[in-house]
Amino acid sequence: MRNHEPRASSSCAACKLLKRRCSPSCIFAPYFRSDEPKKFAKVHKVFGASNVSKILNEVPEEQRDETVNSLAYEAEARLRDPVYGCIGAIALLQRRMVELQVDLAIARARLARYSAGSPPILNDHGSIMIPTLAELPACGHVPSQEFRFV
Amino acid sequence: MASSSSYNCPCAACKFLRRKCMPGCIFAPYFPPEEPQKFANVHKIFGASNVTKLLNELLPHQREDAVNSLAYEAEARVRDPVYGCVGAISFLQRQVHRLQKELEAANADLIRYACNDQVPTALPAPPGASSIQSMAPRQRPVEYNRRMGNEGGYYQAPGMPMPYNLPWNDNPSGDTDGGGGGNM
Repeated sequence: MRNHEPRASSSCAACKLLKRRCSPSCIFAPYFRSDEPKKFAKVHKVFGASNVSKILNEVPEEQRDETVNSLAYEAEARLRDPVYGCIGAIALLQRRMVELQVDLAIARARLARYSAGSPPILNDHGSIMIPTLAELPACGHVPSQEFRFV
Repeated sequence: MASSSSYNCPCAACKFLRRKCMPGCIFAPYFPPEEPQKFANVHKIFGASNVTKLLNELLPHQREDAVNSLAYEAEARVRDPVYGCVGAISFLQRQVHRLQKELEAANADLIRYACNDQVPTALPAPPGASSIQSMAPRQRPVEYNRRMGNEGGYYQAPGMPMPYNLPWNDNPSGDTDGGGGGNM
């Protein structure tokens, strides 16, 4: 009777997708578990297995988990939005930041008037005059590299 | 949009790939020969065939923006192999969160000042209600809730809380110093 040797431990999600034997030193295995097949599928579709392998080999082992997570995040973003990927999120956040900075500067200017004890300046209709942007104090750093699409 | 799909002037992609740049080369309009690094980065991170597939899935008028965003992401990943452009997202999320908190605090102060002023034009607030809507317009806190919904392809990655939590801060991978996000 032939002895059946026990099968090797199950392949990682990467080796399953790539239909290859998952060796003990497989670089993907710690980060692409077999119960998360979609994670590797997305990363593979956007970046390709060999590119991911090269990136992982370039970073220290203790940073590979974060690297894989960020690659998975980018891949997901690109699959949902093939034109802009993550850049759509960056542009939106930059816009929100600028809006909040303007609103904050306006609120602080109003507070400054109150705390100085001076009455608010009213226009002809009796409504408060909102300072122009030129009159506002510096409102902090705005990212200098705003991503623009023409 | 540069077009260099001529026999005598291969695009940056075909130069890099050492192949003849044919008329109709899908890369030629977006990777001019004078920007070799752009394609080199994209090739390193995404690979030529993945980029080809992606561009083929898009309408022609979308391809330039797609290439530009891929180039941006590729450059970010080359500069920061661990976080890439996700580092910038995390940084911006923290900044937005911080500004929202500061604006809330400033608005709370404005409300306190306004209540102390006892302006006659303000209607008395119903008990327990927010004082914002009952105030005269000039006393209302600054609106910050505009355009807070999802738009422009922004999403929350499943399984990843927003903000995308990274253990670092202002510096790219490897350095931890508390604070913001990756630099580009």
